[in-house]
Amino acid sequence: MSYLWAIFLAPFQDFIFMRHALVACLALALGCGPIGVLLVLRRMSLVGDALSHAVLPGVAVGFLVSGLSLYSMTLGGIVAGLIVALLSGAVSRVTLLREDASFAAMYLVSLALGVLLISWRGSSLDLIHVLFGSILAVDDAALVLVASITTATLLILAIIYRPLIVECFDPGYLRSVSGKGAVIHIVFLVLVVLNLVAGFQALGTLMAVGMMMLPAVSARFWARQVWSTALAAVVIAMLSGYAGLVISYHGNLPSGPSIILTAGLGYAFSVVCGAHGSIYSRYRTAQHLTG
Amino acid sequence: MASIVIHDLTLGYDGHPAVHHLSGTFEPGSMTAVVGPNGSGKSTLLKGIIGILRPFTGRIDLGGLQIFRIAYLPQQAEIDRSFPITVRDLVALGLWERIGMFAGMSDELWRKARETLAAVGLEGFERRPISDLSEGQFQRVLFARLLLQDAPVILLDEPFNAMDNRTIADLLQVVNRWHAENRTIIAVLHNYEQVRSYFPRTLLLAREPIAWGDTAEVLTPENLQRAQRMSEAWDETAEACPLGEVC
Repeated sequence: MSYLWAIFLAPFQDFIFMRHALVACLALALGCGPIGVLLVLRRMSLVGDALSHAVLPGVAVGFLVSGLSLYSMTLGGIVAGLIVALLSGAVSRVTLLREDASFAAMYLVSLALGVLLISWRGSSLDLIHVLFGSILAVDDAALVLVASITTATLLILAIIYRPLIVECFDPGYLRSVSGKGAVIHIVFLVLVVLNLVAGFQALGTLMAVGMMMLPAVSARFWARQVWSTALAAVVIAMLSGYAGLVISYHGNLPSGPSIILTAGLGYAFSVVCGAHGSIYSRYRTAQHLTG
Repeated sequence: MASIVIHDLTLGYDGHPAVHHLSGTFEPGSMTAVVGPNGSGKSTLLKGIIGILRPFTGRIDLGGLQIFRIAYLPQQAEIDRSFPITVRDLVALGLWERIGMFAGMSDELWRKARETLAAVGLEGFERRPISDLSEGQFQRVLFARLLLQDAPVILLDEPFNAMDNRTIADLLQVVNRWHAENRTIIAVLHNYEQVRSYFPRTLLLAREPIAWGDTAEVLTPENLQRAQRMSEAWDETAEACPLGEVC
């Protein structure tokens, strides 16, 4: 018993930075879960990826201005993310390039620019910090920021839930009964950027999107309605966060990649054993049909 | 109720007109089939009326009717059928005018949604996810949503395409009921049999209007031949309307 205690609870009891990290992960999971599910349902998985890279040059500018300061890097990230989100939308509307292609173009440029900016003034340790995060350095201010973004996200999602869902699966219908589709889309993109910036503090710009997408795609195998899929994603994200931290503590491994890899294991398990549409459920149905 | 009046309408995509110089009136309470060869601008016309496409020239006068009061059923391909949503949630969206973005569904509205599902032959399907439905069942769900929209004008784009006969018969009953309730119905159709037996008015399009009037007078062998000839003519000359030329 005390052995299990030592593995699973002692790290959080003994060290305040582990408690901070855990709270940050749980809060991130609450916001990123539903946002990720909606990204997947809107077939915008790659857009999430692209936006997470797009945050980087903004963070880099914040870093150049005032070093590893929470507020300037956060603000820079939000501004850069929003600019790329809106620009990509505009490029695809004005030219014949599709939205995913214009996002891909934007994020390659952003990633290169961001890495260049940070390398210009900072050390390679700073670069690693920004790219992969350091959840173990999450302080009170960062916790407040993550919690605020999560709270705002859940509130706004609750308000725009209905039109957002309709805009996902039948945009033509929303257009025919209401003119608000474009506004809803933009509000949603803003939420994606905010959550990526929240995630970047703990997980880094490269890993933040993992917390959003991996639980979301895994959740698709466990639930058949939007709210239940989002709930499943939150649970999976929370479990990954917790398990990832435990693994990184005992294995002395970087926390961001540990968490994302744990989420990856959850994904692999869901693909094989999930309740709906997984390999196992397909196999089971096939047996019913032949037998 | 006002009529929908089309004034010398030309519209299409990316500068390529699909409908040329169409003028005419959909009378209030009329039931019109829009027919014509493939690529003759039938769907384009519906998209123009609902406001998805802006006219190049001419205009569509809705006679004061708010555009959101027009119910529109597009071709099925535009809806994501794998989306995790239940039948009753999808159908309830037909009540958008009552519930809007934020209002809750009262027990009475849920009852109404349930009754409407029963009216299209889908009693007991409320909690099923839409991904479980067959083509025909899904189209019934969309018709239930249209029923709940309670709109004075209803546009249907190939509503019976690839449906089984039983579904077509049931859904035609629904359309007939709308007609009896004096709603204006405009439907893009392929099957001339259906048009002849159910639709009093017909618009025959081949990019240009060939004929518009009572179905018996429009669907004559001469008119149909003319429409066919015109559609073959575009196949040879890729662009129907050369730049700078009035046509």
